[in-house]
Amino acid sequence: MSIFVYLTIYASLIIFFVTVMYKITDYLKKPLHVRWELYPVAHEGKKTSYGGGYLEETDWWDKPRPKSRLGELKVMIPEILFLKAVWENNRKLWYASFPFHFGLYLCTMFMALLGFASIGMLLGLSKGSLILSVVFAITNLCGPAGFILSIAGAAGLFYKRLTDPTLKDYSTFEHFFNLGLFIVTMTFALLTWLLVDPNFNVSRQFATNLISFNLVPIGSSLLSIQMVLIAILLAYIPLTHMSHFFMKYFLYHDIRWGDAPNIDSPSTNAKIGIVLNYPVTWAAPHIAGHGKSTWAEVATFNPTADAEEKKE
Amino acid sequence: MSKTKDSLKINDVSKDTEKLASVDPEDLMPLPGEFEEGPWGEIPAETREKYACILDDTCILPIPLPKTKAEEDDLVRKFLSGMEKLFSKENNWTFEPMLETSMEHCAKCNTCAEACHLYEASGRHDMYRPLYRSEIFRRIYKKYIKKESLSDWRNGPIDLNWRTVARLGELAYRCNICRRCAQTCPIGVDNALIAREIRKIFSQEMGIATPELHDKGSMLQLKVGSSTSMNGLVAKDNVQFIDEEFSEETGYEFSTPWDVEGADILLIHNAGEILAWPENIAAFSIIFQAAGLSYTLSSDLAAYDSINYGVFYDDVQFARTAILQAQAAKKLGVKKIILGECGHAHKALTVIADRVLPPGLQIPRESYLPTLRDIVLKDKIKLDPTRNNFPVTLHDPCNLTRLMGIIKPQRDIIKKICPQFREMHPHGPFNYCCGGGSGYAIMSRNTIPEWRAKISGRKKLEQICNAFSECRGPEEKYVAAPCSNCKGQLRDMFERYGLLEKEGLKYGGLVELVVNAMVDVKPGFISWEEE
Ligand code: SF4
Ligand code: SF4
Repeated sequence: MSIFVYLTIYASLIIFFVTVMYKITDYLKKPLHVRWELYPVAHEGKKTSYGGGYLEETDWWDKPRPKSRLGELKVMIPEILFLKAVWENNRKLWYASFPFHFGLYLCTMFMALLGFASIGMLLGLSKGSLILSVVFAITNLCGPAGFILSIAGAAGLFYKRLTDPTLKDYSTFEHFFNLGLFIVTMTFALLTWLLVDPNFNVSRQFATNLISFNLVPIGSSLLSIQMVLIAILLAYIPLTHMSHFFMKYFLYHDIRWGDAPNIDSPSTNAKIGIVLNYPVTWAAPHIAGHGKSTWAEVATFNPTADAEEKKE
Repeated sequence: MSKTKDSLKINDVSKDTEKLASVDPEDLMPLPGEFEEGPWGEIPAETREKYACILDDTCILPIPLPKTKAEEDDLVRKFLSGMEKLFSKENNWTFEPMLETSMEHCAKCNTCAEACHLYEASGRHDMYRPLYRSEIFRRIYKKYIKKESLSDWRNGPIDLNWRTVARLGELAYRCNICRRCAQTCPIGVDNALIAREIRKIFSQEMGIATPELHDKGSMLQLKVGSSTSMNGLVAKDNVQFIDEEFSEETGYEFSTPWDVEGADILLIHNAGEILAWPENIAAFSIIFQAAGLSYTLSSDLAAYDSINYGVFYDDVQFARTAILQAQAAKKLGVKKIILGECGHAHKALTVIADRVLPPGLQIPRESYLPTLRDIVLKDKIKLDPTRNNFPVTLHDPCNLTRLMGIIKPQRDIIKKICPQFREMHPHGPFNYCCGGGSGYAIMSRNTIPEWRAKISGRKKLEQICNAFSECRGPEEKYVAAPCSNCKGQLRDMFERYGLLEKEGLKYGGLVELVVNAMVDVKPGFISWEEE
């Protein structure tokens, strides 16, 4: 049984990382797309405060266009941590969505701290050292708070999707399954903490065994079930729309804030060269049937007969 | 029975009903003051016989009504074929990465609904949720294109038949593509983009587009040079006439230069201004001449008309037009292109064309606003703001503000020359669309004017009334709308409700306000007399 639990966790970690990497590389491999930015663009420095950008300047192509990373962080941090857009535009949902997301952040932190302490101990740090004492204390706070908040949030979202007429028609079996999976997993985590592992020593030992490939028996069936559920969740999340937790980076940085102009950039021009040579098979008469087959040919072809005559 | 505001379900879209939904005029968002609102009116019988008018009380996209089972199946087949191409990098390199991320990451939280002026104006009718249209499209994509296993369970069921396709096509024309909804999405999903992509399937694959945007729009522009039907010679003649008329009227002698090789700037107007708002053309010419700018207009095909309706429905038509405009600039050897008062033209040529124009055609392009700001703020022309001493508000065209981040120059100008300037709320990047965005400003078939007044233009009208809340009544007021399409929408709204007489409301561009304040020009360039 214990071996099965260990192997499930290893498998889920592999699935998680492979899926995340696959989705990221799949996006990065996509050809050049046109610009489609949406203001306020967060990195426009002082102009961001009122939603402006570099196109407010004459001869903007001759002027420096510094990118404010700090500006981006100022938007991303409240957005990621506190779901600012939901707070501002959908307050009722925020009361459920925020605890759910924040609970998951705390759970992630909890797992990271377990991993950190395990590695520290494997490297010889003593349990009584100051650093590990602090880590243990934060772990003890993050774990239960994360479990409780995410259960409450997921239950709130479940209830809202079930009862709110505006959400009901847009909620599918998968939504309820996902939320249910979170509730069950986090409930097992909560029970393990309450009944078996109040200081997370057992969990930490399990993490140490996992990291050192020391596949010894786990000793608690409750913890075993919790670990299998976490493994399932971990492997499952990036396969669903919840992959927005990392793909959001591209939705914001590459699309919404993707305002980098092409000022005769050799790399952008090379990419334009590639896409303009892609074949076009759209079937409408104004596009097809003129014997033109690439974007470059189609885009420089005038489908109106008179214009053709004029050219000749 | 068509569905009322809170009873519409996603799968109703496929049902065999005469129409899907109807917005009861009683439910419309109330406006501040007395605004008579009548019934929707009837779509003419011949339109109904010919086209699939089965969505609601209007009919925008002329989808031929299938008469046989084979024609019904054909509609679905062609739609799916187009959808397949939409998700191929070759056919849709322009937008596919953005479309796919919007397909995959929506949390279906409906946070975007409250941001949409159509949803609010319709009295919060379910059909106008930005997500409604996107969700139908998404379910079809997941089931029929991506072929996800257990798709009905995972993404929700969808019954795909000809009605689903026809209604989805029409739903893509119940959106101004203003992207206000996208701004509020916590994840970055873009329902406006989805609407535009649906329009592309119909145009690029099925050959179905609105006549105003396609036959009389982008095709006419490619054929004669402008969607106004004017060829280069006629446009030149008309502008010459404008020069003469307005030189006399203003007492300021000016002439608009054409086809000047080696000029610094190629100025491209929306040619609609030449016919509908000649004072806008004159104002530009007066200001540019007075400021001593080296500029020219071009009489080359499509280069004297900045419109690029492809932006609203068709990437190929978009690319063709942008390339013609850039070619004209290259031929003249100008240093840059400056776009006049037309929002979508700004966005099209400055931003979207940025990764479409090949090397050699990448002539720098910018808005007229920064140049105008420099002229006004650096006192390159003499201005007397007391000539503009009437209440003025500013409409922010979505393309200039939310989509390009040009917010401050117009405010710097207007604050300097209009002592009674006041903002609408919200404004800048958070503005509301005028209601004419994405092509409606030039549409007046069947009950489309009703839709533009009752639904799409309603929120803007409310904003305008509120901006002048302390001076309602016939006292003279001015709405500066630096965009040709927006002016078209305001013109029709003001006429419909008699707002010039009742509220003293006049709309116009920003350059007109500048010329109205120029001391070298006779007073009264802006007039409230009925034209
Ligand atoms: S588009 Fe964004 S705001 Fe709208 S439902 Fe989807 S995730 Fe929510
Ligand atoms: S783009 Fe504008 S009109 Fe269209 S759904 Fe979004 S907010 Fe509404």
